[in-house]
Amino acid sequence: MVIEKSVLAIITTNKEKVSGGAPIFICHDFDELQKYAANLEAILDGIAHALSDEVFIIVKH
Amino acid sequence: MNEYTMPIVFGVAIGTIARILMLRTDYRQYPTYLHGKIIHVALGFIAASLGAVAVPALMEMNFTAVTFLTVAATQFREVRNMERNTLTEIDGDELVSRGKAYIEGIAISFESRNYLVILTAFVGTLFYLIWDIYVAVIGGIICLIISKVLQSGSTIKDIVDIEYVAPHFDGAGLYVDNIYIMNIGLPERQEEILKYGMGFVLKPKNINVVNTIAHLGQRQAILHDVSVSLGVFRDSGTPALVPLIKRDLDDGRIGVFILPQIRDKEKAKEIIGAVPVLETAIRMPSRSDTHNEEVK
Repeated sequence: MVIEKSVLAIITTNKEKVSGGAPIFICHDFDELQKYAANLEAILDGIAHALSDEVFIIVKH
Repeated sequence: MNEYTMPIVFGVAIGTIARILMLRTDYRQYPTYLHGKIIHVALGFIAASLGAVAVPALMEMNFTAVTFLTVAATQFREVRNMERNTLTEIDGDELVSRGKAYIEGIAISFESRNYLVILTAFVGTLFYLIWDIYVAVIGGIICLIISKVLQSGSTIKDIVDIEYVAPHFDGAGLYVDNIYIMNIGLPERQEEILKYGMGFVLKPKNINVVNTIAHLGQRQAILHDVSVSLGVFRDSGTPALVPLIKRDLDDGRIGVFILPQIRDKEKAKEIIGAVPVLETAIRMPSRSDTHNEEVK
């Protein structure tokens, strides 16, 4: 089976909310989170999706 | 020189002319210049020869000779394969891909045009032999006209109403009208998308059309044609900037989200309207007997 979509990274400001297999980046505030997300999006060729203001994920489509 | 030479030459000539007339290079830029064209004119010439020599073979009571037309059929199926393979190969390199259904549509038309060439050459030679060159010219011209008519199918503007709707964000969700397109997390990306993006809603004119425009291949064809004509604001490695079409499940309308380089609403509407309706996407539920009984 080919996995078509996968979560490449999780970026969060609230580490209580996340855990699991993908790399997790913990940031201090929303600004830092945005910078991380923008960089990771460019590096990983994925899309930064917002699940909430505290949790962003990078997904490869 | 014998009695058949001139009719055959005439048939081959009119057949090849038919192929050249049907070989248009337009905004789709396919077939490409010169080399692609030479291949198809050459194949058209072969098709015309086959159509033309079939007539004398029949007149000489040499009926088995007609079986070589099956060779022609195999040959032109091969043309279809060739086109399909080439286009599939290069599809991965397109910023906005054509999609399999569009490629299949192009490949089918290449095959069928060769059969139209055979028909034209056949009619030309037949009329020349039965009557004279003048009748053959008239017959040939009628065939050319038929070919031209058969060449062009319907376009999107015949089956939907197109309306411009500016895309907007609701939280991280991108919407065209009330149709959800995708989730964009980064505020700077959202700004880019609002700045460069355009949205269109395509409203189906009747029940048959709902399935046609829902077809994924048809949707991809729309995106490809728009991107070719208006340019596309994206690069490799920017998957967030991807033109998309999503469907409203309630009423079958589709929301087209594009990122063109030329942001001209009227032009974009025209281009979406001019996208061919793919043969493989056409559905006719209203022709079904069961459906019609239920409606009654």
